[in-house]
Amino acid sequence: MKNIKVLGPGCPKCKTTYQNVLEAVKQTGVEAEVEKIEDIMEMMKYNVLATPVLMINEEIKVRGRVANINEIRDLLTA
Amino acid sequence: MFDWLQNFSDWLIYGIFNLGAETQLGTALNFFVYDTLKILILLFVIVFLMGIVNAYLPIERLKDYLHRNKLYGLEYLFASTFGAITPFCSCSSVPLFIGFVQGGIPLGVTFAFLITSPLVNEIAIAMFLGMFGVKATLIYVGSGILLGTVGGWLLGKFNLEPLLSDWVKKILESKQQGGEFEADKQTFFQRIPEITRGAWDIVKGVVVYVLIGIAIGAAMHGYVPENFFQQYLGSGAWWTVPLAVIVAVPMYANAAGIVPVIQVFVAKGVPLGTAIAFMMATVGLSIPEGTLLKKVMSLKLIGIYFGVVTLFIIFSGFLFNLLL
Repeated sequence: MKNIKVLGPGCPKCKTTYQNVLEAVKQTGVEAEVEKIEDIMEMMKYNVLATPVLMINEEIKVRGRVANINEIRDLLTA
Repeated sequence: MFDWLQNFSDWLIYGIFNLGAETQLGTALNFFVYDTLKILILLFVIVFLMGIVNAYLPIERLKDYLHRNKLYGLEYLFASTFGAITPFCSCSSVPLFIGFVQGGIPLGVTFAFLITSPLVNEIAIAMFLGMFGVKATLIYVGSGILLGTVGGWLLGKFNLEPLLSDWVKKILESKQQGGEFEADKQTFFQRIPEITRGAWDIVKGVVVYVLIGIAIGAAMHGYVPENFFQQYLGSGAWWTVPLAVIVAVPMYANAAGIVPVIQVFVAKGVPLGTAIAFMMATVGLSIPEGTLLKKVMSLKLIGIYFGVVTLFIIFSGFLFNLLL
C-alpha cells in the first residue's frame, strides 16, 4: 500500500498533477491511497517552495512542475 | 533571422490564398501569420532555455545559498535576478514566501524575489523580443530586475515583520532550516525530453492568448488612425505614465495577450516607456495575487508592497521616456 500526496493550493497545475496520479494508479493497478493537500499550513510542514509537489511514501519525488502519467507510473512501479 | 518566415507568409497568403499584397485583408493576414509563427517559435526557445537554467538552479538552491552566504547587499540583486529566471506560477507565491521566511531569509530579500518573479517572466520576454526587438527587451528585463532589487531593499528598510499574519510570525519565531537540498542526479541529456515537454506544455497553454492578442492587435492596426494616441494623450504628457500604471495594476492579463496590443499603442504614438510601465503593472501586480498574499500578510502590508512597486514602475516609465 503506497501513500501518495499531491501538494498545491489548487491552481490548474496542481489539479493536473492530481488527475495524472489517479490515472497512473489506475493504469498500474498499484494499491495506493491518494491525498490532495491544499492547506498552506499543512503544506509548509514538508518544506516545499514551488508547487505542485508529488510525494510517495513521504518522500518528495517531483516538485515545481506537473508530473506526467508515464513518469508517475515509473515512480509507482520502481 | 526571420526572413524565411516572412517568405513563408508571403508565399502562403499572396501565393496560395491568392490575396493581393495591396489589399488590406492580404496585408493583415500576412502580418498575422508572420507574427504568430515568429512569436510561437520565440516562446518555445525562451521557455526551453529557462527550463534548462531551472533544472540546474532550482529555487531550493537559491534559498540555501542566500541562507549560508553573507553577500553585503548583493543578496537583493541575486534574489531579484532569480525571480526573473524562475517560471512564476501565482499559486507558488505563498509557499515560496513562507519557505523563504522560514529559511531565515530577510523579508526585504524575499520581497525582491516576489516583485521580479511575475514582473519579468519568460512569456513576456518572448513576446517583447518578437514585437519590440532586442533593445527594448533588454531594457524591460534590466529595469524589472533593478526594480525588484531596489524595491526589495527599500521594503527591507521598513519594519514590516509586525504586519505579517499571526501564524507566519510564529514561524518566524521558530526559524528552522529545512533539510539540505539534494540535487537531482540525472545528467543533462536525460533531462532534455522532460524540459522539452515542459516547454511545449507552457507554449500550448498560452497559444490561445497569443492568437487573441495578435488578432486584436492586427485589427487595431487597421482601424486606429495613425498618431491617434498622440492626439488624445499628448505624447509625453507627464500624467500619462501614472495613469497607464494605475489603470493596469488591478488588471490581470496574460503577458501573451497584452504585448501585441501594447505594440499597437506604441506604433500609434504612445511612448515606449509608458508602454513598458503599463505592461509591468499589468503582469507584475494584480488583484488575484493580492488575494493570495492575504493569507500571509495583513492588508496594510499588501498595500505597502503594491504601493512601493507601483511607484517604482511609474518612476521607471518616466525614466525610459526620458532616455529612449
